[in-house]
Amino acid sequence: MRQVSIRILVALGLALAVGLATAVSPFASSSPDGLERVAEDKAFLDRGELHGIQEQSPIPDYAFPGVEDERLATGLAGFVGTLAVFAIGWGLAALLRRVRRPTSVPRSRGAPA
Amino acid sequence: MTVLPIALHIPDGFLSAGVAAVAAVLAALAVGIALRVSDRELDESRIPMLGVLAAFIFAAQMLNFPVAGGTSGHFLGATLAAALLGPWLACLVLTVVVGVQAFAFADGGITALGANVLNMGVLGALLAGLVLGAIVRTLAPGKGAFLASVGGVAWLAVMLGAAATSIELAISETVPLATVLPAMLGVHALIGLGEAAITVAAVAAVLALRPDLVAFGIWEPTSQVPVAPEPGSTATARGAS
Repeated sequence: MRQVSIRILVALGLALAVGLATAVSPFASSSPDGLERVAEDKAFLDRGELHGIQEQSPIPDYAFPGVEDERLATGLAGFVGTLAVFAIGWGLAALLRRVRRPTSVPRSRGAPA
Repeated sequence: MTVLPIALHIPDGFLSAGVAAVAAVLAALAVGIALRVSDRELDESRIPMLGVLAAFIFAAQMLNFPVAGGTSGHFLGATLAAALLGPWLACLVLTVVVGVQAFAFADGGITALGANVLNMGVLGALLAGLVLGAIVRTLAPGKGAFLASVGGVAWLAVMLGAAATSIELAISETVPLATVLPAMLGVHALIGLGEAAITVAAVAAVLALRPDLVAFGIWEPTSQVPVAPEPGSTATARGAS
């Protein structure tokens, strides 16, 4: 069997992630989740608060600002968020490798000792 | 406005300043070590993998699925990251996801960020990776046994996160431990089953397509037979020098 290239695997994974976040997340369960349910049942949910920094969150509560339709707002938030997280993850990894290996590394896998 | 964006993540206000601070120090220590050792693990192929795993986990965490009694749960992804990237890079992936969620989406607190990284990235991903690594080294499992271990660890990682959250809430005197622990473990025992199923399916898919991308360097791309690493040979198996 021919090996699937990393490029294709990454493209497939990203497409799946973007698809799920954009098209499926608007239809996800809106019931309270584990911690939220327990906080509600045990009467400490109202202790939760937003940090000052979060007043400026670009996309608070996964609702893209200025979009009336709730499902569209969630889908857009998922689309933008997934691409942003992909870029940050990739960027961090690339940066770490560059910082930790100051000499230019050839593109081959596994530099010789 | 009483609508608060709470997911699995602890919002601000649930934890005392002391608990938040201790958790932040512990999380920072672990993430600091992860950043330092990351060069050993980051070969060229893992750089885009880190991005795509972070993206997938972020996306999957938006998909709340219903569990019993009007409660929902969502995928955590700690064990998936650990199985594909090893403990330290997995810890970084979860930290990226939790950080973006807190700052960009107001999901999970800012002062509680350390606790959330500790619960999901350290007690979740880092520990899951260390346990999986130990299983691989001592038992040299075949693919089926490896997948079974992945499922078990995925369930345990969710339970551990739920237990840690309960303990942090109890020390903060937000809610008594005897009240919160059984409730959290009860809900997350079910959520953990979903976690295990998704994690096993995803790792099985990668094993089928590119077995060499599974962490711990045990499966070569074309080999159908798992090769047990010899003692002290894990670094060479990974292709590092």
